[in-house]
Amino acid sequence: MNITLLLPECALSAMILAMFGVTLARPKWITLNSLALTLSAISLVAALFSFGKEGLLFFDTYKVDGLSQIFKIIITLALFLVIAATPGVRGIEERLRAEYFMFLAIGTLGLVCLSSSYELLTLVMSLEISAFALNVIIPFRFLGSERAHMEAAIKYFLFGIVSTGVMLYGMSYIFGLAKTTYLHELAGTLPNLISSEPLAVIGVIMLFCGFFFKLALFPMHYLTPDVYEGSANETATLLATLPKIAAVAALIRLMTLTGLEMNKVTWAFGTFAVLSMTVGNLAALVQNDLKRLLAYSAIAHAGYVMIGILSVNELGFASAVYYMAGYLVMTLSCFHVIYQLAQRGENLTFKALRGLHRRSPLLAFTLATGAFGLTGIPPTIGFTGKFLIFTAAISRGYYALVIVAVINAAISAFYYLKMVRAAYCQPEEEGYPIQLSFPATLLAVFFISSTILAGILPQSFVSLAKQAVAGMR
Amino acid sequence: MDKYLILNTLGYPVLSLIMIIPAIGVFVCLLLRNTTLLKAWGLIVTIVTMAVSCPLFARFDVGTPKYQFAELRRWFPSLNLDYVVGVDGISALLVLLTTFIMPLCVLCSWRHIEERVKEFIIVMLLMEAAMIGVFVSLNTVLFFFFWEGMLIPMYLIIAVWGGPRRDYASIKFFLYTFSGSIFLLVAIIALYITTGTFFIPELMDHNYPFMYQLWIFLAFSLSFAIKIPVFPLHTWLPAAHVEAPAAGSVILASILLKMGGYGFLRFCLPMAPEATLACMPCMIGISLVSIVFGGYLALGQSDLKKLIAYSSVGHMGFVTLGIFLMSDLGIKGAMLQMINHGITTGALFICVGLIYERTHSREIRDNSALGAAMPAFLTFFGIFSLASFGFPGTNGFVSELFVLIAIFARYPYVGFVAILGAVLAAAYMLRLLQKMVWDKSTGHEHNHGDDHGGKHGAIWDLDGRETATLAFLTFFVFWIGFYPAPLLGMMDSTVSHLVSQVNGGVGKSASLGMKQP
Repeated sequence: MNITLLLPECALSAMILAMFGVTLARPKWITLNSLALTLSAISLVAALFSFGKEGLLFFDTYKVDGLSQIFKIIITLALFLVIAATPGVRGIEERLRAEYFMFLAIGTLGLVCLSSSYELLTLVMSLEISAFALNVIIPFRFLGSERAHMEAAIKYFLFGIVSTGVMLYGMSYIFGLAKTTYLHELAGTLPNLISSEPLAVIGVIMLFCGFFFKLALFPMHYLTPDVYEGSANETATLLATLPKIAAVAALIRLMTLTGLEMNKVTWAFGTFAVLSMTVGNLAALVQNDLKRLLAYSAIAHAGYVMIGILSVNELGFASAVYYMAGYLVMTLSCFHVIYQLAQRGENLTFKALRGLHRRSPLLAFTLATGAFGLTGIPPTIGFTGKFLIFTAAISRGYYALVIVAVINAAISAFYYLKMVRAAYCQPEEEGYPIQLSFPATLLAVFFISSTILAGILPQSFVSLAKQAVAGMR
Repeated sequence: MDKYLILNTLGYPVLSLIMIIPAIGVFVCLLLRNTTLLKAWGLIVTIVTMAVSCPLFARFDVGTPKYQFAELRRWFPSLNLDYVVGVDGISALLVLLTTFIMPLCVLCSWRHIEERVKEFIIVMLLMEAAMIGVFVSLNTVLFFFFWEGMLIPMYLIIAVWGGPRRDYASIKFFLYTFSGSIFLLVAIIALYITTGTFFIPELMDHNYPFMYQLWIFLAFSLSFAIKIPVFPLHTWLPAAHVEAPAAGSVILASILLKMGGYGFLRFCLPMAPEATLACMPCMIGISLVSIVFGGYLALGQSDLKKLIAYSSVGHMGFVTLGIFLMSDLGIKGAMLQMINHGITTGALFICVGLIYERTHSREIRDNSALGAAMPAFLTFFGIFSLASFGFPGTNGFVSELFVLIAIFARYPYVGFVAILGAVLAAAYMLRLLQKMVWDKSTGHEHNHGDDHGGKHGAIWDLDGRETATLAFLTFFVFWIGFYPAPLLGMMDSTVSHLVSQVNGGVGKSASLGMKQP
């Protein structure tokens, strides 16, 4: 076995161990933060180094290939950016901050493993490692006497357990019919089973539900907004990005099993995608809490990504990868602004954004770039991502899906603009200017420039993503 | 590619340059602090852009319908997507209109914009680059990139520097235009999937089945009709115009509205000729309703900006009317009308901005009887008003005449409706002029003494900057009014090629289906 194949996993494990050591020492927050940042940067570098490696490990249950490696890069990058965007983790109870980082690393390790899992039980194991860590993190919020975070934690925990149960039940059907848990063996038998056995269709849908929960796709979406609202800003930042990226990796891998032809599963997931977009966007229209709004926006975006995955061709998968990378940057720009504004780690409403363009022009512009990007206005990465996804879908003839998606984009324009409006049009009430620290300024500039540059020049990333998914179908 | 393009031989990439100069100007803006310096810099950049764009007129080859000054670079090879720009007789004129109007937009906001000057100049320059991009793109995705990207700076212009109801107006503008153009994206992708290319001239050469054409036509038309805007979709326009700062109104009226007309000419007619023919009566009906309804609404307005905004609806009705007559004369008239509307309505909005700086009101009755106080201003205002309703000798006359001849040639009786619109235009413009020059209302002096006092105590006539701005536009009013030949010459071969494309396309596709040319 070649250990270099597992570089990112090793780096993350090292981070876990280091953070576990730190929990015993209780250092100052700045030390803690820079340590976490450095270690996550190291795992990002490790992921970059292991790009292009290929191999099957652990009795063919763990596959290192283009798809897994590009997702490992995005996931570790997300981890790095999440830590960078939430310096000092103000919303977390002070004595738990070291543990917070430790569980963050454990969760990321699970997600990284998820993108490589090549066998059903390995998938479950990876998923549960990450779920375990996230379940622990959510109640870490420091809110004084309020208990909203406990409610969020219970909801996330119960719903996560249920979705895992559903997934396992689906797997039992598939195992019963196909007599195997190895994905490469399933790829041969499952398409025939889907067309002949209704039970297989049900099994596949139930299997996917476990990942739909991570992605917050309909019908596994409905507690997501409560969880975001109840958890700390930094935890919500994490929940909105990392698990979704890994879920897309797993979904791409599983989707290829169902066959390239349009079948009943495509219909079911197409319906989920449509409902997810519509429900997410319509519900987001009336939200006042920014985190709830972003949660519904995440549900809607899960629908868009699902269209790319459903296209089951190289462009569709590549555009899903590209879209998730774009979604990561754009969502993080919004959460970055929220974190900077919420000085005490409180939940923000639109009121807090008022007059932001006077208080901090850079933050206002970061928010605007993120919001316009999520709407899908060129020249942002959000537009290019949607464009690629729609192209992939129309090349498969999914006109109806695309038309629903563009109508949804128009609906979503309203609530994304609501954020921009609050920042630019409405007069402020508390007019204190916001002082940004140097790293925060740097991060804001990074978010703005990457949103725009990656939108204008998608070629290199998309060809990379295409290479990565080339072996998938 | 050679079939469609004449590569640029000027020695420098003129089309890219006029997009890049404003973009570079933005970066310099980031470094400047002094507000006067910033405005001066904005002026310099826009004037340089204007100067650089002049070869588009001087070196334009009038003898060919091909796309000139073209540039071709690889952009996104995975999807066969190139950066390809070029202009023909239609787009060259609109690019020139853009580059010539922009310096005036900076000039007319000299006194008006006092806060956030840096951001203002930045969004103006971004706006310029995006608008030029729309007209020069020869690739559907590139076109859409600029078409949608433009919404962001325009939204910010209205939302940050707008009037009291800017919040409402800006979001209305954004949602209207955004939801109109989402189907444009679907149509663009659908065309790509069918033909394998995003290259506009190549897309024009395909023959699509009728039903396909119809869907494409509807998807395209919705966004263009909102942008123009035609009758039932026009409601965003008065709101946006009234709340936008003067420069924003000028950009909206002079250039943004032209993009709708440009889109019809560039996409709908050549790509879906049969569908256009099938929808022609409907579109002509809508145009006529726009002309009459716009004029009728303008007649009842008491707010100067609203009046001009509704008059725009009427004027742009002439544009769609000319386009959908699908004759040589009609399209030329429509093109000229777009240019003329850009000049005169832009000028009128600048005038309203000037008045507003003095009297702090846009109500007609607060601005009446200015004849004695501002004779020079009202001379200009009078010229533009006359040009606006097409008085002989001014530019408006030529274009409306072209369109009217075209409609009488095709539907003699229907033409009278358009005449009615022209008469309405004369009615509301003359009424406005009469009130502003002679009416004996006590409006402004009273208003000034009581409410606004302070540094704007008295009303002063035009200063040098303002005179230069208006004189510059007056020159074009009379030039086009008396000698439109150079402009007509520029669009001549492009328009006749377009008409032959449309006529050639009609009747061919039924038998040939989706055959390659």
